[in-house]
Amino acid sequence: MDMETKGICKVSSFNSIKIRVEEVNFFYGKKHALKDINLNILKNQVTAIIGPSGCGKTTFIRILNRMHELIPDALLTGRIFLDGQDILSSCIDPTEVRRRVGMVFQKPNPFPKSIFENVSYGLKVNGIRDKNFIEDKVVEALKKSALWDEVKDRLDDNALKLSGGQQQRLCIARCLAVKPEVILFDEPCASLDPISTAKIEELIVELKKNYTIIIVTHNMQQAARVSDYTAFFLLGELIEVGRTGDIFKSPQDKRTEDYITGRFG
Amino acid sequence: MKFPMKGFKEKLYINIFSILAFSSLFFLGGIVFVLFKEGLPIFKKVNFFEFVSGRFWYPTYDPPEFGILPLLLASFQVTLGAMFVCVPLGIGSALYLNEIASFKQRKIMKSLVEILAMIPSIIYGFFGIAILVPFLQNLLNLPTGLCAFSASLVLGIMATPTACSIAEDALSYVPRSFKEASFALGANRWQTLVKVVIPAAGSGISSAVILGMSRIVGETMVVLMLAGGAAVIPKSFFEPVRPITAAIAAEMGEVALGSDHYHALFAIAIILFFITFVFNVIAESISRKYRLKLGLAQ
Ligand SMILES: Nc1ncnc2c1ncn2[C@@H]1O[C@H](COP(=O)(O)OP(=O)(O)OP(=O)(O)O)[C@@H](O)[C@H]1O
Ligand SMILES: [Mg+2]
Repeated sequence: MDMETKGICKVSSFNSIKIRVEEVNFFYGKKHALKDINLNILKNQVTAIIGPSGCGKTTFIRILNRMHELIPDALLTGRIFLDGQDILSSCIDPTEVRRRVGMVFQKPNPFPKSIFENVSYGLKVNGIRDKNFIEDKVVEALKKSALWDEVKDRLDDNALKLSGGQQQRLCIARCLAVKPEVILFDEPCASLDPISTAKIEELIVELKKNYTIIIVTHNMQQAARVSDYTAFFLLGELIEVGRTGDIFKSPQDKRTEDYITGRFG
Repeated sequence: MKFPMKGFKEKLYINIFSILAFSSLFFLGGIVFVLFKEGLPIFKKVNFFEFVSGRFWYPTYDPPEFGILPLLLASFQVTLGAMFVCVPLGIGSALYLNEIASFKQRKIMKSLVEILAMIPSIIYGFFGIAILVPFLQNLLNLPTGLCAFSASLVLGIMATPTACSIAEDALSYVPRSFKEASFALGANRWQTLVKVVIPAAGSGISSAVILGMSRIVGETMVVLMLAGGAAVIPKSFFEPVRPITAAIAAEMGEVALGSDHYHALFAIAIILFFITFVFNVIAESISRKYRLKLGLAQ
């Protein structure tokens, strides 16, 4: 019922729902970090997650590929469906979920390995041995992430020698190489300069054609520029979600309006 | 009036601390100087090559023979044996502590490991003589349980806590973000450990191994008590041997000051000093590279 007003199912047919989050609650020990979240993420759309610091944005996207399981004392209740399949079910392998739902972290975190090894890592751990196939996929991923021209002559260099913006695009390439269906971005531009940020934003819009994208951001302009839908979180609750244009022009909830106009947060 | 006073005090402090700081340099210089002054004269009697490759160590015979090959080989043998014990034990327990143990387990086990590292070597020696040596002697029906094997085993156990805590440090320096990145790409725990954590900590672990080795080479008490003391070229792990540190410790007390034997012991000490120095330089350069690789230092 709540979903009808908050959710976005009314604007979409069931087919185009990629991820469906139902009645999710999440606890770090006693801390109730996500409260009764219901949300649909649409296929081939960019959904922005906004909200003040500590409201649970990172927590929310981490549960979508079961990364929360690495945290001791964490407890998750509710259901999360990926293409209609409950990914929290114990008979589903979390590594499979993570291959389908990739993640780019707030701080670029390439492995201290060569550029090539970084991008091929995901393929190798997923059991692919064919050298030529891996090479093709690495090149393709680097091209897609708009890094190819900058690194094509030094694929064997250590990835930590790249600039912050290049490292972040490498992390995106690394994620693309395993061909996920959904990509989660946690403030991907937080540590980048405006030029690198612009490049990554362009990339996200480009990636939308083939992927479903969720991006956490503190930057309202960024949310407005790249996203189709925006969800506003506050103190662990999902306050409002809708088309980005609507959310920014005519928010339904007073708290959303206050946040967007910068009156708090 | 105030300012000159302050200047004077400041100068005084600076001088005091400079003297303290330079005193360790002074001691180091002094030790090296004495070692060389007392050790080099032996090379007037035997040349360096004969000294290190001579097969017979009969310093009290007439004429004496100063070949330290048996001692060097014994040190090498005992160190190698000890490494076979402490590397798997130390690194294995570090991996367990870092990757598998729960938070509570880790806390308890880490303090236990630290206590183990504080036990003086003579106590390990006691344990060896009282329990291990008779046990080994009965078990294998040996003429004596005082042998390279006993010394290796006890040295290895003794070095394990140190190896474990250095390796554990190296593992814990591996940023969490590397592991997260690996999991997020669909790797499982084992793949993450083998492909990300261990390579990232690898040079830190190898510098731990080398440091452990240099400590084992220089360790005296245990080998003096357990190795058996026979200055012969080692043929098996179950025969008595005399590593260089045991030779110095056992013979220095009885030797006539200024005799050839006395100079020869100093020359052995130079070699020991050189070996541990090289080990430490290697370990240091590896761990510097490692910090660079992880972006922890420039
Ligand atoms: N590992 C953890 N253990 C306990 N509490 C945590 C943990 N991680 C996050 N929290 C708490 O959960 C709440 C939500 O955190 P989360 O990191 O999801 O916020 P966020 O919206 O991503 O904030 P930011 O914008 O600053 O990144 C915060 O109150 C935080 O203190
Ligand atoms: Mg966050």
